[in-house]
Amino acid sequence: MIARMPWQSLTALLLAAIALFGLPIVASDASAVSATTLVIFALVLAGAAAPALRLSAVAEAALLFVAAHGAAWLLLAGVAGHEGDAGFAFFALVAACWLIAWRLVSVLSAMTPRSRQAGAALRLLVPAIFGAWLLILWEAITRGAGIPFILLPPPSAIGLRFANSLPILAADVNQTIFKSVVAGYAIGCGAGFAVAILADRFLFLRRGLMPIGNMVSALPIIGVAPIMVMWFGFDWHSKAAVVAIMTFFPMLVNTVAGLSASGAMERDLMRTYAAGYTQTLVKLRLPAAAPFIFNALKINSTLALIGAIVAEFFGTPVVGMGFRISTEVGRMNVDMVWAEIAAAALAGSIFYGVLALIERAVTFWHPSVRGG
Amino acid sequence: MTENTASVVSASHLGLTFETNDGPVNALSDVSLDIAKGEFVSFIGPSGCGKTTFLRVIADLEKPTSGTITVNGMTPEQAREKRAYGYVFQAAALYPWRTIERNVALPLEIMGLPAEERRARVRQTLALVNLTGFEKKFPWQLSGGMQQRASIARALAFDADLLLMDEPFGALDEIVRDHLNEQLLELWARTNKTICFVTHSIPEAVYLSTKIVVMSPRPGRVTDVIESTLPKERPLDIRETPEFLAIAARVRDGLRAGHSYED
Repeated sequence: MIARMPWQSLTALLLAAIALFGLPIVASDASAVSATTLVIFALVLAGAAAPALRLSAVAEAALLFVAAHGAAWLLLAGVAGHEGDAGFAFFALVAACWLIAWRLVSVLSAMTPRSRQAGAALRLLVPAIFGAWLLILWEAITRGAGIPFILLPPPSAIGLRFANSLPILAADVNQTIFKSVVAGYAIGCGAGFAVAILADRFLFLRRGLMPIGNMVSALPIIGVAPIMVMWFGFDWHSKAAVVAIMTFFPMLVNTVAGLSASGAMERDLMRTYAAGYTQTLVKLRLPAAAPFIFNALKINSTLALIGAIVAEFFGTPVVGMGFRISTEVGRMNVDMVWAEIAAAALAGSIFYGVLALIERAVTFWHPSVRGG
Repeated sequence: MTENTASVVSASHLGLTFETNDGPVNALSDVSLDIAKGEFVSFIGPSGCGKTTFLRVIADLEKPTSGTITVNGMTPEQAREKRAYGYVFQAAALYPWRTIERNVALPLEIMGLPAEERRARVRQTLALVNLTGFEKKFPWQLSGGMQQRASIARALAFDADLLLMDEPFGALDEIVRDHLNEQLLELWARTNKTICFVTHSIPEAVYLSTKIVVMSPRPGRVTDVIESTLPKERPLDIRETPEFLAIAARVRDGLRAGHSYED
């Protein structure tokens, strides 16, 4: 029966056995073997033994879930306040929990859901457990090994800081994203699109402008940002200008490429109908260019965020994500910097996700979306 | 305008030379041909014989470099501006973001027809090619044969008197092809259109046509023009009759003559 156990469970058992010789879990915790320690061992053993119990997949997954996360929770709660005092029992048990979670993810991945809702939930659950374990290991290592706060704060501290600074974060997001990024993104993408249409219509523009556009795209943002501050002042206008410069060229290049994406036969067809330039553009070439245009919009969504944050390093009113990052680093408030990073990542992901959803709706016909 | 009712397409001493990087290529040389109203003309010949090029010249998709050609008594460009013909390409070339009915409605939209009339015409032409019930499907949800039928419907939708078809069934299998050939003849009999049909299948050319134009390559030229003696009413098994086989043999001879000139 042992041979049929998954290796994660066997290794977890082994690690639990090793941990027995490394007690107590936290060196500075005087009570050698507390009730908590017993519960932790019980959970780890239950989790490790789960595959041997011949449960249904759902029951096994539930047991693994409770065991891995319950034990991890108790371990992390035990080490909080005793940073750097964790013995090797702590790390062995964390590793055992992690292996049980690994087993859990492989059980979940092998499941064939019956309903669509269950399938959707499963598709969310697996990456959620993955992400959670990234944070758990981060927490365990920073707290257990007592890594200096300034180098890498534990995620719980970042989360706490995030929750306690919501008004500041909201103001920063409003300044950086809803003012600088949105305005700059709209101007940059809009101008890139318009110039692409013009360049397509007039050969001299295509010949003359594209190489210069290339040069604009190579402009270092670090150099441009202070100049924009001098031109447009400290407020969001200068950041929007930086974002516009950054997003202009990807949109221009992609749209120009997209406008030549329609096939010769499709264009000949338009010619046989004696369709004018505008009709061909609207009914054939722009729809055919849509996948390219959405590519540019997605690339630009992340570029715009980077551009706006970096531009705020060069002079800004006392609000904004870039401003906050640069000042809080100076004040050694690293948790606030991480909170801003988390906010930026969240906002960027939402931005990208919304664009991807719109893209799916608009280019439903494209082989990459309809799948074949 | 001097309308010549007798001939829809009239070419005399037509020549077309493409300038390529490897030097000039003679795609058409000294082609003279008259196509009368209501005829079904097939162009047959090996690849590179200029049959597609000739069709594209009629459609004003290529400009001849010598000789003259009129379409409905006008220059090809004027004829194109007047939407004198429907063109069916080798592939269906349906726009994947449009449903079948909106694909068929595309030329009507471009010509600015009111929505009500567009709907009526789309319904009629889709019925004509037996695609009723597939209006809301997207092209990629249909088989190749159905897609090509939709593209024929699109060419028919605006009711041009001339239909130019460039190997429309070349990519389809034999059985589908037979079926579509039958339907095409039926359609031609019902609508009385003039059809120019490019193919490289001898049976297809003989089965469909009232006139077969045999062409040969380098330079593309007409080697034989065969007037079919087959009746207008043609069941599929007409292909077994001696009369059919005699015409097919003459087409084959014409093709071979064009080749031996080359070897």
